[in-house]
Amino acid sequence: MMEAYRYPDGSITFPGHPIGPGGEEPVDTVDLSEYTAEVITWTTSTATPPGVREPNTLAIVEFDVDGEPVRALGGVTTEEVTIGDEVRPVYVDELRDPEAGIREPDSQAWDGYRFEPV
Amino acid sequence: MQNVAILGASMTQFGQRDGWVLDLLSEAGSACLNDAGVPPDAVDHLYVSNMASGEFEGQTGIMNAVTHDLAAMPAYAARIDQTSSSGGAGVKHAWQSVASGASDMTLLVGAERMTHRTTAEATDIIASITHPLEYKHGVTLPSFAGLTARLYLDTYDAPRESLGKVAVKNHRHGVDNDHAQFQKEVDLETVLESPIVADPLRLYDFCPITDGSAALMFCPESVAREYTDDYVLVSGVGGATDTHVVHERADPTTMRGVVESSRIAYDMAGLGPDDVDVAELHDMFTILEFLQSEDLGFFEKGKGWRAVEEGRTEIGGDLPINPSGGLKSKGHPLGASGVAQVYELYEQLRGEAGKRQVDGADTGLACNVGGFGNCVITTLMEAV
Repeated sequence: MMEAYRYPDGSITFPGHPIGPGGEEPVDTVDLSEYTAEVITWTTSTATPPGVREPNTLAIVEFDVDGEPVRALGGVTTEEVTIGDEVRPVYVDELRDPEAGIREPDSQAWDGYRFEPV
Repeated sequence: MQNVAILGASMTQFGQRDGWVLDLLSEAGSACLNDAGVPPDAVDHLYVSNMASGEFEGQTGIMNAVTHDLAAMPAYAARIDQTSSSGGAGVKHAWQSVASGASDMTLLVGAERMTHRTTAEATDIIASITHPLEYKHGVTLPSFAGLTARLYLDTYDAPRESLGKVAVKNHRHGVDNDHAQFQKEVDLETVLESPIVADPLRLYDFCPITDGSAALMFCPESVAREYTDDYVLVSGVGGATDTHVVHERADPTTMRGVVESSRIAYDMAGLGPDDVDVAELHDMFTILEFLQSEDLGFFEKGKGWRAVEEGRTEIGGDLPINPSGGLKSKGHPLGASGVAQVYELYEQLRGEAGKRQVDGADTGLACNVGGFGNCVITTLMEAV
């Protein structure tokens, strides 16, 4: 599940926060993996840190959840992507090697979603 | 509230250094004491700007260590970490300590030792500031720059070459800065044909990994006058924070932290962007010089790139930006960079910048950016 939070003012954030942009606590969750998104911008990074694929193509995308825009950042499944492309989230069980970087492996999740052009 | 003066300043050679973080801090700190003519036991507060000495070399508690090495006991000492804007945050805290009356003499020293790490390791230490959601995708600060640069070029129909011209300009300025890591010119072709790091940005769009330190001495203006008439005033300081998660910003080409921190600093100083004669901006990536120059109010949104094309931001132009060479050529030892920006303005406003001197520089602005605009400090300074 690509879990986003919905707040009383209708705004949605990914990731969720204990307090939303309007200053209120979330009231609901939304699974963004059930939606498609549009590529806002992208880059291909060739100088990647330990445990990260190289090259690493990343995109900021925008979902339209019943009229409410929600942005997300993630890897792209291909290097062939352009601004305006429609993409869908694809589950990946390990996005980078948890043991290779500076961050404590047990401190966070390492699975998630990359974006695949539709 | 006290008028706050900068009474003395120093910076070490930036680049690949033999000394470790404590050596660099002591080198800059003792040089600053000498420059200001202040004995160590006169220091009331001592702040150390540093992002990650623990992560880079396993040395923590550095504010205590440097206070001892400089014989500044029993001064109150604290380490200030605000990632890449630690230096600017140190300026803000040093200013607050004097303006509030809590300290009559505050020494600020910023330093980072980085070059013993591989590029991949240093990139990962810096990327550890990111949200877990960003980190697991292998997001780095350079990749944020690539994402934003592509959007900027696409949105404002700016040519890729304009980013390269920022690098060319700042390298040209750095030629005359003896402290700079790179004191050599680069041509546009070299920039545009250098290896891709985060498409569309290439190697020469990025600052290097650097060791170095810089220091400043702050005191009330009334105290400064007892020492010298050769000081500068800190007339406004603002700090502001944007989202931690970068993609949650509605417009990634606007840095809210720059907008808000500069608004605070301008209001405090009673100045506006048109009053600024010289600016030191945080060109960790070439695209950041455009974003800051627009969000500080120097140029219209989406038009910052035209200023570099027209030569307006060169020494000799109507608003020289980064006469020091910027982070791009001077280097970016994280915790030292914001302090070194103010060091450059201290020299410029006293007319002591040599070949880099901006004619008629009476008002200077420094903008120090942490993360990818996550935390920002803007400082305004005036000649006396």
